[in-house]
Amino acid sequence: MKRYSGFSLFKNALSYHENWQKIWRSPKPKSDYDVIVVGGGGHGLATAYYLAKVHGITNVAVIEKGYLGGGNTARNTTIIRSNYLWDEAAQLYELSLKLWEGLSQELNYNVMFSQRGVLNLGHNLQDMRDIERRVNANRLNGIDGEVVTPERVKEIAPLINISRDCRYPILGASWQPRGGTARHDAVAWGYARGADALGVDLIQETEVTGIRRKNGAVVGVETTQGFIGARKVACVTAGNSGVVAAMAGLRLPVESRPLQALVSEPVKPCLDTVVMSNAVHGYISQSDKGDLVIGAGVDGYNGYGQRGSFHVIEHTLQAICELFPAFSRVRMNRQWGGVVDTCPDACPIISKTSVDGLYFNCGWGTGGFKATPGSGYVFADTVANDRPHPLAAAFNIDRFNTGALIDEHGAAGVAH
Amino acid sequence: MLLIHCPHCREDREEEEFHYSGEAHIVRPLEPENLSDEEWGDYLFFRKNPRGIHHEMWHHTAGCGRYFYATRNTVSYQILETYMVGEKPQHTADSAGASQ
Ligand SMILES: Cc1cc2nc3c(=O)[nH]c(=O)nc-3n(C[C@H](O)[C@H](O)[C@H](O)COP(=O)(O)OP(=O)(O)OC[C@H]3O[C@@H](n4cnc5c(N)ncnc54)[C@H](O)[C@@H]3O)c2cc1C
Ligand SMILES: [Zn+2]
Repeated sequence: MKRYSGFSLFKNALSYHENWQKIWRSPKPKSDYDVIVVGGGGHGLATAYYLAKVHGITNVAVIEKGYLGGGNTARNTTIIRSNYLWDEAAQLYELSLKLWEGLSQELNYNVMFSQRGVLNLGHNLQDMRDIERRVNANRLNGIDGEVVTPERVKEIAPLINISRDCRYPILGASWQPRGGTARHDAVAWGYARGADALGVDLIQETEVTGIRRKNGAVVGVETTQGFIGARKVACVTAGNSGVVAAMAGLRLPVESRPLQALVSEPVKPCLDTVVMSNAVHGYISQSDKGDLVIGAGVDGYNGYGQRGSFHVIEHTLQAICELFPAFSRVRMNRQWGGVVDTCPDACPIISKTSVDGLYFNCGWGTGGFKATPGSGYVFADTVANDRPHPLAAAFNIDRFNTGALIDEHGAAGVAH
Repeated sequence: MLLIHCPHCREDREEEEFHYSGEAHIVRPLEPENLSDEEWGDYLFFRKNPRGIHHEMWHHTAGCGRYFYATRNTVSYQILETYMVGEKPQHTADSAGASQ
């Protein structure tokens, strides 16, 4: 792998940027691998990267039915924060945030991680009590956070409406300065490039259609390019996890639902932070290109159609216009949906299964982009050592039978 | 926006009048105290979540306020039928021929 640098940029400019190396190979699949990662989203690619980098397991393939990072990784609103309420979740997301902080250097790839801060607004007394509780819990876990007044909210995001005479006045917020956004594609591409350089085969446009087992252990996967053998199979297929689990006769406590987002026409810089509100349900930031990036709530029903209902985005835009009256005149450019896999407790599953050598990492629902580095890190460790990484242990699938749920629903303040 | 036929009102109404209430035909255990943790967890948390034909419960929240069942394709979102609680569906994954 040739490293990117100021010098390489200059050198390639001399040949009109026509001679950059391919960023990864496109190999034919081998007949078998030590580990097959099913799903080439950010989480799958990060898993493959850390398997190779940290655990020295390089005979690995990532099998992706479409193109790399074309699933929810490509569709999300890229909000990154770690201010979750419960210790187990907070530690996992904070590990991730710490990895984000060094990721561009680690991968020699600019993931455009921008720590522009995240505001979670409170609109009623109960919101404010929850926010205080959560910020206190965060600080006990060593995570940055503050409870701020409406006036401070206005300083951070001057276009916001803090008047008292609206339907849902802003009473305050939690503020995590280390939170922010990153470039969704760059994360997938950066991990892909890093994994490829360490010898991982990235196999695109190949769908896994079956999981072959022998005596209770996995032996490989059936794909649209034929059978590929593997000692271990690690599934990271987000919204399609239930479908993939069924291939091995397993059931998961996840339901797949459409989640939508939309972007406006590009406008001059006007919002340099992330604003989220659970009560009125809207969240917004501004991309480097200038578009306002707006996320809606999850649709009410199960669906795999990668599109949702119009009234859901209409409802979100009502909230955004109330928070930012000036945005009522901005035109929306594009709108899309992804299929998110939600768990009953709004926390992920990172787990071994009852089939030897078969692992699942799923259930990240509406908020897994922020966890991409940490998820890959602990999942690679779980797969490499065939036991849960200490930070993954609480996210075992058993919790739905023991009752040890980690209820991050309302508690974390927001859905993303 | 889905257009949903409420079998009670016998009218097609907009999705916004309804509330989705999850998988249909789940039977509440008669003796919950005799269930293993495994079985209780299954009853509470594990759902079919198919990619294709799904039988589900809807609530006509802003209409008659009553529950009914629907058979819907979770990929195309087409609603094949709606029917009363207690009735059996006409369309199933087998009858549709495609489990997708
Ligand atoms: C609209 C929207 C907004 C969001 N906003 C945020 C946010 O602001 N912050 C945040 O943290 N998270 C957010 N999320 C959630 C986040 O996008 C996901 O949790 C995260 O991207 C999941 O990553 P992944 O790599 O597991 O999934 P994906 O990127 O979906 O990757 C899974 C891959 O598996 C592949 N696959 C599936 N089945 C098969 C098969 N049989 N064979 C081969 N390949 C298969 C798919 O093609 C896909 O590429 C949002 C999601 C959506 C939809
Ligand atoms: Zn009705």
